[in-house]
Amino acid sequence: MDFGSINPVLLIASLMVASTPIVLAAIGELVVERSGVLNLGVEGMMIVGAVTGFIATIETGSPTIGFAAGAFGATLLSLVFAFLTLVFLSNQVATGLGLTLFGLGISALMGQSYAQLRTPTSPRWEFFGLNELPVIGPILFHQHPLVYLSLGLVAAVWWFLRNTRRGMILRAVGENHDAAHALGYSVLATRFAAIAFGGACAGLGGAFLSLVIVPQWTDGMTAGRGWIALAIVVFASWRAGRVLLGAYLFGGISVLQLNLQAAGFAIPVELLSMSPYLITILVLVIISSRRGRGAGHAPAALGRSFHASG
Amino acid sequence: MIRLEKRASPSSLWAYLTPVIAVLATMVAGGALFSLLGTDPIVAIKTIFWDPVFGEFAFYYRGQLLVKAGPLILIAIGLALGFKAGIWNIGAEGQYIIGAICGAAVALAFYPMEARWMVFPLMILAGATGGLLWAMIPGILRTQFNTNEILVSLLLVYVAEQILAWMALGPLRNPEGAGFPGSRNLRQYESAANVELIEGSGMHWGVVAAFIAVIFAYILLSRHLTGFHIRLTGESPRAARFAGVNPNRLILFCLGVSGGLAGLAGLFEVAGPSGQISIDFNVGYGFTAIIVAFLGRLHPIGILLAGLLMALTYIGGEAAQASLGLPAAAIQAFQGMLLFFLLGLDVLTNYRLRFGREAVA
Repeated sequence: MDFGSINPVLLIASLMVASTPIVLAAIGELVVERSGVLNLGVEGMMIVGAVTGFIATIETGSPTIGFAAGAFGATLLSLVFAFLTLVFLSNQVATGLGLTLFGLGISALMGQSYAQLRTPTSPRWEFFGLNELPVIGPILFHQHPLVYLSLGLVAAVWWFLRNTRRGMILRAVGENHDAAHALGYSVLATRFAAIAFGGACAGLGGAFLSLVIVPQWTDGMTAGRGWIALAIVVFASWRAGRVLLGAYLFGGISVLQLNLQAAGFAIPVELLSMSPYLITILVLVIISSRRGRGAGHAPAALGRSFHASG
Repeated sequence: MIRLEKRASPSSLWAYLTPVIAVLATMVAGGALFSLLGTDPIVAIKTIFWDPVFGEFAFYYRGQLLVKAGPLILIAIGLALGFKAGIWNIGAEGQYIIGAICGAAVALAFYPMEARWMVFPLMILAGATGGLLWAMIPGILRTQFNTNEILVSLLLVYVAEQILAWMALGPLRNPEGAGFPGSRNLRQYESAANVELIEGSGMHWGVVAAFIAVIFAYILLSRHLTGFHIRLTGESPRAARFAGVNPNRLILFCLGVSGGLAGLAGLFEVAGPSGQISIDFNVGYGFTAIIVAFLGRLHPIGILLAGLLMALTYIGGEAAQASLGLPAAAIQAFQGMLLFFLLGLDVLTNYRLRFGREAVA
């Protein structure tokens, strides 16, 4: 047991890496939910993104193509969800669960001949030697490009929802789809776009997992990260900035528990491994019990099917 | 131009037809998937759906059918009660694990006592209670703090898996197992074994419990006030409140029943077909049961049939794995596909297809 072996600077730097798949998946799901759609298939889309990204990288040798393929594969899957819930008006909860079950199956099927392989590593950015700076160097100036992309995406979503016309239409659709429809906005087109965006983000997050964090393919490797992303959207009260906070909190706990395991801290390994899930539940409880007292609230049309009857 | 027109009330004809059409559509789409994998689709479908029941080795597979269907039906019956009322327990896998651990722990505590009349009933009680209490966590968090039960119940699956690993490696490890992970084999401990009741049929106590659960659920839903409240809450929560339904009690009831049944399924599995607590004890019955519940249209009799069909895909999948080299994951994808078709086709139950232009009102 030796806390001295845990370096806080490296801890923060690796926290940002560990959190990135969840930041990406959660910010995508946030947009989906703000449009009034509850997609519980995040876990399935992430794992499909992880496997398609991995396969594409192995076949082409280029991680960039891999990330694009991961986003594309998960987007395709999210469009299945979009068709079923928007056109065929199926129950969103059940369809989302189906998406996760199907995604876990199809990814295991696709990835079975790739299990033992390793991908070429994609380099981290180095800002003209700024990464050599003490403390802030490793944290701010020596990360994988996708870490910066995830931060940029959070800012972009925040800006989009707050300041753009399309962002406001999306929020209107999510709060009251009948009123938005009556005003002449296309509920279906808005939701299709939101779901596809959510799929792409989840896929990118999954690909980051299989190409950068692990970097290998194993069945079920997302290990509940998609569900944690869903929990973080609730934690964030459907606000973009708080997604980052929630995801980094979760990432921090995951990294810390791994460090404690490595340091031989006298807590059973299983207890440490379950701690991220337990703390996510705890945070959910705290947030939801405060809901009555004016904390942010869920989009009013969340989870309801839209059928233009008149 | 095709458009949808809402039916005044759901079509009962389509309610029966959609599961059948969904199964057929999945066979076609699954066949396409299998041919992409380089397997003859006709042979694959025949191996999965026909051979286990009517083929050369049917005497072996028929027994397996009940072994696999038992836990699926038992879990799905409980889930369906909640789903009907809009209460989403999707963590049955975790409740299944905890039920198995509790039941096995009781059995191992009594080892090697020879009082089956006491040990086996106590195990059943422990299994059901374990699953029930594990499901009460999302239940109480929902009723006390309004926490989303979908997320909590699901996250608890990962916690339960860690507890399972801890138990298999630590407290429940077989002291005579030469250090290998996993508990004693309960099938070799006569007082605790969940034996086959009729030789070669696959019928064990868990299957009996599943049949009893089907009957009870049928009576509950069609004849009992609680069943009426469940249906009412699902169809119109507002009307249910006016009718005096206590939503919190209903949430705890539905989660408790589904958790208890999932725990029972876990106990019967660990004392019978699986035999021991090991790291990879759970094989996803808790998740497949979600598909079973929907395929059975949340109706007890439907779930019975759906459970048998889903068990068939498991067994047929194993057979196809052995004879055609079809990967195990293909069946999982196949089952997910079935749920998609089912949910998509369900639109025909509630809506009517209209061709041509909309009439001007």
